[in-house]
Amino acid sequence: MKYAYYPGCSLHSTGSEFDLSLRSVSPLLGVELEEVDDWICCGSTSAHAVSELLALALPVANLCLVEAMEMGEVVVPCASCFRRMKAGHHESATRPEMREKINRVVDRPYQGTVKVCHPLEVFADEAMLAEIAVLATEDLSRLEVVCYYGCLLTRPPKVMQFDRYEYPMSMDAVLRAAGIRTLDWDFKTMCCGAAFTLTETDIVYKLCADLLDEAQAVGANAIAVACPMCHANLDTRQPEIEERLKKSYQLPVFYFTQLMGLAMGIPATELGIGRHLVEPGSLIGGQPKQPASAPAPAPA
Amino acid sequence: MTQAATAETITPTSGFAYSILGESGVDVNLCYQCGKCAAGCPVAYAMDYPPAQLIHAARLGLDELVLGSRTIWLCAACETCTTRCPQDVDIAKVMDAAKILAVDRGINPAVGEVRSFHKAALASIRRFGRMWEAGMVLSLKLRTGNYFKDMELGSRMLRKGKLKLLPTFAGSRRARRIFSRVKKVEREADRPE
Ligand code: SF4
Ligand code: SF4
Repeated sequence: MKYAYYPGCSLHSTGSEFDLSLRSVSPLLGVELEEVDDWICCGSTSAHAVSELLALALPVANLCLVEAMEMGEVVVPCASCFRRMKAGHHESATRPEMREKINRVVDRPYQGTVKVCHPLEVFADEAMLAEIAVLATEDLSRLEVVCYYGCLLTRPPKVMQFDRYEYPMSMDAVLRAAGIRTLDWDFKTMCCGAAFTLTETDIVYKLCADLLDEAQAVGANAIAVACPMCHANLDTRQPEIEERLKKSYQLPVFYFTQLMGLAMGIPATELGIGRHLVEPGSLIGGQPKQPASAPAPAPA
Repeated sequence: MTQAATAETITPTSGFAYSILGESGVDVNLCYQCGKCAAGCPVAYAMDYPPAQLIHAARLGLDELVLGSRTIWLCAACETCTTRCPQDVDIAKVMDAAKILAVDRGINPAVGEVRSFHKAALASIRRFGRMWEAGMVLSLKLRTGNYFKDMELGSRMLRKGKLKLLPTFAGSRRARRIFSRVKKVEREADRPE
């Protein structure tokens, strides 16, 4: 299956591990990603606070490029870009006067033919889950993961139409197919403070501490994410939060694609796992799975 | 009282509610003050007025209170409120509309750094076509004078290969065209014939 691919700015910088790991696992599952030529920033986190038209035109300009490639579907991994792309598509489909304005601003009119997908939607498909189960040969049973979807993937549901918006399960399904245990918890879609990390850092500390506390309380030893902002806030700010609160979390934060890659036997370095600030230590470094007859390890 | 209230039977009364409606398409008069938006808002603890109060103030036409509030700048745009509002009030959009109206009317943002962040981010996109984080952080520091914040974290991220030292210019011309056309369309809208 071939898709246009819009990495967005953060997958070329702070979230480069997401890009690396997605590009590593996709071909194994028969997913071919063709990066959109000359894509521009979707304006996420800032444009909507300054001009609604700008905030819609920037993502739509990229959807126009996808149309120019004659591709029907574009994969957008960054949750924030995904949200903006969906908004651009939705508003131009439902508000004719807005579509007219957007089309006056972008280089070529948007025909509205592009389906915007998140990699989770691609991978959580039934047939794909079966494929993942076959390819997952490494034993990662030491991991007890909470899936953190963040706020942007599912909201607002009218626009995003992605999974169950208060209690999504697609990431759990993908990781479980890969043989990784995922835990139930209440904070799946809580906000991490998103783009406030550089300005209102105290808000990020508070919201991330709440998330880390809850993850720890349910017995997780790792967190899986699907958004570069969630990753940046939970991983890069975690040592500071520990210092401020005199607590120890030591909860490594993985992109879900990194965990898929590990389960499929891709070396950690190729998945960018060394770039995290919270080191995964002995949690990873999988061994081949025991034969099916071996007794399951007793729960801790 | 047998007739159910609908969008048709309630109309905006305060001029400010009209301004919000014009900027965002959201009718704040649909709010019946259940408080659900405030109950779920993760940042309400840090706001001067929780979302439900802010919406109420907009209904009453208290524009100075709304536009001068910290709330509109501290909203993290997580859309929990919008998702849960039983009256389908898009509260997150109201927060954005209020930021835009505040800037239009020359009201000093109550949380200046957040406004500076948005300015720095958009300047970076306009200039390079893609956000260049390292440059954006630098320009944010110049705007806020807060030079030492996060220096150590920044250098750790550079060492881990998580920040790009140099920008690319892919698509920068297209981005500039879009920015200037948006300005033009918005100027026309302000001066209808
Ligand atoms: S949730 Fe909706 S109806 Fe309830 S107080 Fe908030 S804006 Fe008003
Ligand atoms: S969008 Fe803003 S106001 Fe609404 S819940 Fe999130 S932070 Fe609160």
